[in-house]
Amino acid sequence: MRRTLTKIVTAATVAALALTGCASSDDPADTPNGPVSAADIQAALDAGGEIAVWAWEPTITEVVAGFQRKYPKVKVKLVNAGSGNDQYTALQNAIAAGSGVPDVAQVEYYALPQFALAKSVTDLRAYGAGGLGGTFTPGPWASVNTGGGVYGLPMDSGPMALFYNKEVFDKHDIEVPATWADFVAAARKLRQADPKAYLINDAGDAGFATSMIWQAGGRPFQVDGTSVKVDFTDAGTTQFANLWQQLITEKLVAPVAPWSDEWFQGLSNGTIASLVIGAWMPANLTSGASAAAGKWRVAPLPQWQAGGTASAENGGSSLAIPEKADNKALAYGFINYANAGDGVAIRLKGGAFPATTAELNSPEFLATEFSYFGGQKANEVFAESAKNVVSGWSYLPFQVYANSVFNDTVGQAYVSSTSLQDGLNAWREAAAKYGTEQGFTLR
Amino acid sequence: MTVPQVTARGAAAARRRRRGLAGWQFVGPFMAVFALVFLAPIGYSIYLSLYRQRLIGGTSFVGLENYQRALTDPQFWSALGRVSLFLAVQVPIMLFLALLVALAVDSGRLHGMRFFRVGVFLPYAVPAVVATLMWGFLYGTQFGLVGSLNDALGLTLPSPLTPELILLSIGNIVTWEFVGYNMVIFYSALRVVPTSLYEAAAIDGAGQFRIIRAIKLPAIRGALVVATIFSVIGSFQLFNEPAILKDLAPNAITTYFTPNLYAYSLSFSGQQFNYAATVAVLMGLITMAIAYLVQLRGMRREP
Repeated sequence: MRRTLTKIVTAATVAALALTGCASSDDPADTPNGPVSAADIQAALDAGGEIAVWAWEPTITEVVAGFQRKYPKVKVKLVNAGSGNDQYTALQNAIAAGSGVPDVAQVEYYALPQFALAKSVTDLRAYGAGGLGGTFTPGPWASVNTGGGVYGLPMDSGPMALFYNKEVFDKHDIEVPATWADFVAAARKLRQADPKAYLINDAGDAGFATSMIWQAGGRPFQVDGTSVKVDFTDAGTTQFANLWQQLITEKLVAPVAPWSDEWFQGLSNGTIASLVIGAWMPANLTSGASAAAGKWRVAPLPQWQAGGTASAENGGSSLAIPEKADNKALAYGFINYANAGDGVAIRLKGGAFPATTAELNSPEFLATEFSYFGGQKANEVFAESAKNVVSGWSYLPFQVYANSVFNDTVGQAYVSSTSLQDGLNAWREAAAKYGTEQGFTLR
Repeated sequence: MTVPQVTARGAAAARRRRRGLAGWQFVGPFMAVFALVFLAPIGYSIYLSLYRQRLIGGTSFVGLENYQRALTDPQFWSALGRVSLFLAVQVPIMLFLALLVALAVDSGRLHGMRFFRVGVFLPYAVPAVVATLMWGFLYGTQFGLVGSLNDALGLTLPSPLTPELILLSIGNIVTWEFVGYNMVIFYSALRVVPTSLYEAAAIDGAGQFRIIRAIKLPAIRGALVVATIFSVIGSFQLFNEPAILKDLAPNAITTYFTPNLYAYSLSFSGQQFNYAATVAVLMGLITMAIAYLVQLRGMRREP
């Protein structure tokens, strides 16, 4: 399987490189930093050198090993500078100080606009990334296309799906919900049947809420350069808020924070019977809730309209090149290898979920049977979800901050009489205040 | 005639200068390290607090504007109010417990006194992070100790991680951690009381409570003041416990739960280094002022 995958990836990469080679030489206007051709990058890779990579994604270690085997003259220094916010802090500090800046940094999609806006990361169109559009699935590709440039290459993606504990569902004769209304009904039914069990946990999670609004068609964040609009009163957002409010009011959500011990225990012992989360979850279930192996299944995301197919992304990261990186050509060679080249196959083997169309459509990938899901070909569900991600979503150019105060505002709806909609409005206030202080124009 | 006079005066000045220089040579290394690791960070924080950096528009000098903003910032005041409440309730309880244990240990009437002493002190040896993680697990109502108690005894104990109870839960953790530490301070102060005083009291027919009131408590007044000052500073610097419990109770512990946590969130999630520095400088000043008041009051009572 791996050999075939590698072949496909190589073919795709060659095609992509050829395309981008043309693009960068034909259209110099599109390349603000002067075009760097595929040949230049190849030359840099052959000449060798040293690059520093900051990433926390576990499969990247194998990618680095594979890359160094292929380009023995390049030395990659892989640093885990913390995950998520911790790493961004370190990165922002390094950029502000102008020293110790890595050549490549992992940046989650929600955080990329912040770095792009500050021009802290490089517009990769100069390196031919503009032509990679067809290589990646639409959701992740849209996420790295921000502020009129391409500021990273998608590494993985998280098209959402419903993970559910089939054993619990069967025991209480609950059908897999096809719509969100069904989902609420299922939550009631389970709670009545077993007072210790919950259909789902939620203690207020910004990533989850924004993904749900995304799927419902809400567009609360609108960004045009430095002019920003935050509005949680559009139809999609209200639809989500009203529905989820029912679950909170009727105490149908387990008040358990994700990634806590209690969470994994609940997933293991069946007291948390489903998850609405990105396609990168299986590896975490396998390691964190191993006791429930074989009991879980994957289904498409419940829909807002019966018969619909709408989906959204949840999480996922890109690899970006800081503007102050020392060795950009080499860095681009690496991220191209990792995200559009041989590295993709290596990462898939490690259990990551791809952001590349070739892999998503490859028969081998789709036919993979997950023993954790009782032999289900779960990738079929994920790949279908990836194709149906609703377009037009954008995050705030200061989403990192906004998400950090989500629980101060929206989170209060989970622990007090505040409604979810009031919480969202308070979130808007906090985000708008910060945006204004930071020099944005709030529409 | 005038020339030697001048030389003499010059020599004296040179001698004075040399003497001055010699002094500096001795304190020089200390002053250098002191300036580098104590004064420089404070100076840099004050310097940072006078600027404002924005995502759009870069850095500009704003004078005292950040301070003005902090003084009218409801989040800053709510954080300060919360730690003040914590200080007013948790510190007396903790010090009273520590005193009780120290007196019990000092009385020499306990069986297994050494074991008891070590047992009470042991929590202090557990890193705060580990202690909080452990307590966080005990506090869980789903699968933690509270949950198990509810199941086993048919109780409906409220979750200690709700907004209403979270401060109490943190107070419990901090008390558990620091009773032993304060006990050791009090106990060591009690050990230096000359036994002749106790003998004299016994001859005068004083009971144990009389001895405690007339001899032991006055003897450890200094230690009490020191322990109180440490506790004041510790309360205002409350950070580890809420920062770690935040993962378990994200809605109960806001990003501005304590002043330290607020400064941390401002700086690390919001990139507002300048405002975070302002909050830090203000908190430093407030802590110093209160610690000084406690010291003044403690010293005034000194006989």
